[in-house]
Amino acid sequence: MMTAFSDFDWRRWRLVITGGTIIAIILICAIFAPWVAPYSPYDLDVVAMLQSPSPAHPLGTDELGRDLLSRTIHAARISMEVAFIAAGVGLVFGTLIGVAAAYFGGIVDLVLMRFMELLFSFPAILLAVVLMASLGTSILNAMIAIGIVFVPGFSRLARAATEVVLREQYVESARAIGMSHTRIVFIEILPNILAPLLVEAAVAFSYAILLESALSFLGLGAQPPEPSWGNMLNTGRGFMVQAPWLSIVPGAAIFLSVLGFNLIGDGLRDVLDPHMKE
Amino acid sequence: MTDLRAHALDNGTPTLRIRDLSIEFARRRGDDMRVVDRVSLDIWPNEIVGVIGESGSGKTLTSLATLRMLPKRARIANGTIHLDEMSLHDLSEPEMRALRGDRIALIPQDAMQSLNPTMRIGRQVGEPLELHSGYTLSRAREAARKLLESVHIREPEKRVREYPHQFSGGMQQRAMIAMGLALNPQLIIADEPTTALDVTVQAQVLKLLREIRDQKGTSILFITHDLGVVAELCDWVYVMRNGKIVENGPVRRIFTSPQADYTRMLLDATPSIHTVPQVTK
Repeated sequence: MMTAFSDFDWRRWRLVITGGTIIAIILICAIFAPWVAPYSPYDLDVVAMLQSPSPAHPLGTDELGRDLLSRTIHAARISMEVAFIAAGVGLVFGTLIGVAAAYFGGIVDLVLMRFMELLFSFPAILLAVVLMASLGTSILNAMIAIGIVFVPGFSRLARAATEVVLREQYVESARAIGMSHTRIVFIEILPNILAPLLVEAAVAFSYAILLESALSFLGLGAQPPEPSWGNMLNTGRGFMVQAPWLSIVPGAAIFLSVLGFNLIGDGLRDVLDPHMKE
Repeated sequence: MTDLRAHALDNGTPTLRIRDLSIEFARRRGDDMRVVDRVSLDIWPNEIVGVIGESGSGKTLTSLATLRMLPKRARIANGTIHLDEMSLHDLSEPEMRALRGDRIALIPQDAMQSLNPTMRIGRQVGEPLELHSGYTLSRAREAARKLLESVHIREPEKRVREYPHQFSGGMQQRAMIAMGLALNPQLIIADEPTTALDVTVQAQVLKLLREIRDQKGTSILFITHDLGVVAELCDWVYVMRNGKIVENGPVRRIFTSPQADYTRMLLDATPSIHTVPQVTK
């Protein structure tokens, strides 16, 4: 509708739109990597080792002569995949646990939340490393490990939000028309706690990218020759003086995607804030 | 009008019969606190019964007990509640759930607070039909449109697509009433449904409740602390204080010759009700 379009409040949504654009570009690159990237990320070219940026290799080449632009684009796939799956795992399980704890209360609440606090008390990286060590190093395990790191945060948020909603009159009204517990959870509670969870999810995305990079940097995430921003940074560390672009390019990629997700998160918080609704 | 009861007594059972109902709150220390004490009341078909009393007199707890929705720490210590011939105490939770919204409807005090802010009005008003009659979403929405029309909401086809915050206070309350009416319940429990509304809107809502009773023969339990509303709407009145019923009778008698001291006190405290009709007559 034309009117809806012109009524659209661009100012209110500007952060979400800016962040969304950055993430959309990265996502498109990730999804269409084989077509977007000029070279294969695995092709070695010993003649063109550690070349600085040039028309043939816009972002230069690495120590094995692989095109850095192509590797960065392909690495976006892994980072995005990890971000979405890890944040998804955190969101789904965290919400489930948090809502259950608040809704049933009593002993269920006690047991679930004490367990969450136990998880929460580990430093995130350490927890991920421990999980990776027991699960084995693979990118799938990295996603699960990062997802588990997020569960306590989401569960606390979901629990607090659910407690607020449970005190609302409309939940009682829902009971008064004969709604079952499951229906109350899905129709009355979930839609009303979604806003803070979405904001948290956006932050979790950016955090997941950082965590994955950190794990790959430590050699626990994506395994070479598979490119990931983290292991590219790790490689670049050895050539900081001869070929600084090896560190700058993946670093910039991490920076941009984290910025994008944080902008979305901040923007969503403003847009979804009930005090700012007209 | 006030002889309705005598008439009803001839042929059978009241819609709702509460006998010797006592409700207690568990306390951490000491004995349980009795907040409703041996309350008995009847509501017959086609009758609007008022329960008046100040806040904390146990009016709302009595109505919540009827729906078996007492707060966690409260329990029924004693007494029976029958809907028609059925003892509500003996029903399982799923059976009770099937009853709520279908045969007993609750119209709450604050409509704004009672509507889910994230759900469109049409969906909410049609919800009881979805729950109890297995309506599809689209059929429930169409029914919701008709229900809104029946409570005199203009442009119902547009309104069903709106969210609660787009409704005015009076419209929200009427939407709640529409939702209560969805399944043609035998009993409507209206818990101070007009308290949050201004006087003109209040009059519309009262008129609507009377219409419902006249057209469908629904029994209405009307809980309020507003004597003016009682005088205007109810056939029979129970006066509650400190969890006990101190007096009951046809509305005219309660207003003209109150028996209990407390009722007299209430009437004296609201001079407009007691004196204005005499002046205008």
